Amino acid sequence: MTLTFSLAHLMGGILLLCGFLLLSQRRLAAMITLYQVQAFTLAAAAFWQGYAQSEVNLYLTGLITLALKAVLLPLGLREIVRRFNLTRAVETAMPMALSMLLGVGLIGIAVLVVLPTTMNAVSLTREDLAIALSVVLLGLLVMTSRRSALAQIIGFLSTENGLVLAAIGMPGMPFVAEFSVAMLVLLAFLVVGVFLLRIREHFDTLDVTGIEDIERRGR
Amino acid sequence: MLNFPLVFVLRLVATLLHAALVFAVAPLLLGVVTKCRAWALGRRGPPFLQPYHHLYKCLRKSALVPETATELFAVWPVAVFLATGVAVLLVPGFCTGLLTAPLSDFITLIGLFAIARAAAMLGGLETGFGFGGAAAGREALFSVFAEAALLVVLLGFVLLAHSATVDGISVAFATGHIGISVSLGFALAALLAVALTETGRIPTDNPAGHLELAMVHEAMMLEYSGRFLLLLDYAAMLRLLLWMDLTGTIFLPFGMARADDILSWPGGLLLWVVKLGAMAAVLALFEVSTAKMRVFRVPEFLGAAMLLGILAGVFLFVAARIGS
Repeated sequence: MTLTFSLAHLMGGILLLCGFLLLSQRRLAAMITLYQVQAFTLAAAAFWQGYAQSEVNLYLTGLITLALKAVLLPLGLREIVRRFNLTRAVETAMPMALSMLLGVGLIGIAVLVVLPTTMNAVSLTREDLAIALSVVLLGLLVMTSRRSALAQIIGFLSTENGLVLAAIGMPGMPFVAEFSVAMLVLLAFLVVGVFLLRIREHFDTLDVTGIEDIERRGR
Repeated sequence: MLNFPLVFVLRLVATLLHAALVFAVAPLLLGVVTKCRAWALGRRGPPFLQPYHHLYKCLRKSALVPETATELFAVWPVAVFLATGVAVLLVPGFCTGLLTAPLSDFITLIGLFAIARAAAMLGGLETGFGFGGAAAGREALFSVFAEAALLVVLLGFVLLAHSATVDGISVAFATGHIGISVSLGFALAALLAVALTETGRIPTDNPAGHLELAMVHEAMMLEYSGRFLLLLDYAAMLRLLLWMDLTGTIFLPFGMARADDILSWPGGLLLWVVKLGAMAAVLALFEVSTAKMRVFRVPEFLGAAMLLGILAGVFLFVAARIGS
């Protein structure tokens, strides 16, 4: 194994570790910090892949990740926490231990799915792909296992990190796709921010169980 | 093997040197950690040699035995000290290839930890005193998860290094052909979580705490005094050194000397000191920057460590499949 792949794997591992720790955190501040660390690692991974594949586009991806996800979005998230004066503990929809067990199960599934289906691919990108899929699934699990809307957004953003990790590992991914994904995430964040304001106005809380109640009554 | 006696003598000398060093340095290490912690908090802190003074003070004081205690009251501190002492001899410090190397089986180590822990718990229960019993119960709760996590991490190491001894794992990792792998990162995180719990450092237990309700390790030895307290405190210092040695030999095996090559000893010794100092500083910084967690949060913390160990194993299987 050369240094290129070792380092790429290490960064993938850190991303996955952050995703997993995100699942085990109860406090919003810690979740945001973990997301920030994940985004920083992703930016580093993008720069490293850009250097290894000598692709200018990947440097651009790394720059966008760094500016947008590692600096701007966490600032926005912290601003929301500060302005809404959120209670810092996150309500979980299921016991912590159960969600962590589910997380390990999901990682196992990701590994089992990716390995046979990519039998013909370049062998060294396969582990990265398994890691990327695991990060995506863990992000989805964070979204389902939290009641607070803000925690769900962090899960969504972490899912997107997994997608970008998969994209930078594959040689020949067009830059336009990555760029539009990044823009989409920013737009989604803005839209969700407005939504949060509305939820807050109506229910005085970011707990989405209120919405579920209305949904049930409407039927 | 023409120079077999010479090699044997060298290994013997290295083993004796290792034994002398670990027993001599352990209190100093605790002193360094305490000092660094005080510095990070902007205080002056006790002198580096304070733990030695503490041990000497304990030696001079008379040992009181509570009326409610049985005859076994005096046995538990000795058992704790002996089990920890043997374990600390088994883990290689500045060099690999000690005479104790074939014995440094990971399962043996886990067993020695278990003996020390069981003796400490029984010592806490001995007087029928509330805080000691509560602390023993907590220790039992933590140890279930800590031992499980350690065993799972061990599985990953054995798969990677094809050896179950700490010495063999260290030698295999030092050669560097294993490279940086994802599973090693997971294993490191899991091992550090277990180490913090076992040594009673901050996220799970506060070594400087004086509130009996929140204590775990200290509460079990509240009733001990004099030379019994000396044994227990010395064992705690040895345990800190032991876990730093263990982490260092497995994850930072660079520059470790070999016992049958006397010329590599000075470098190995120097690096050992540097590694211990660096780990002490990192531990102090970490302790200052985190808060102690609630007791019932700790099983969750250790459960996460166990799951990380399992993940390390999963990714090892992935790597093995890819390699084939």
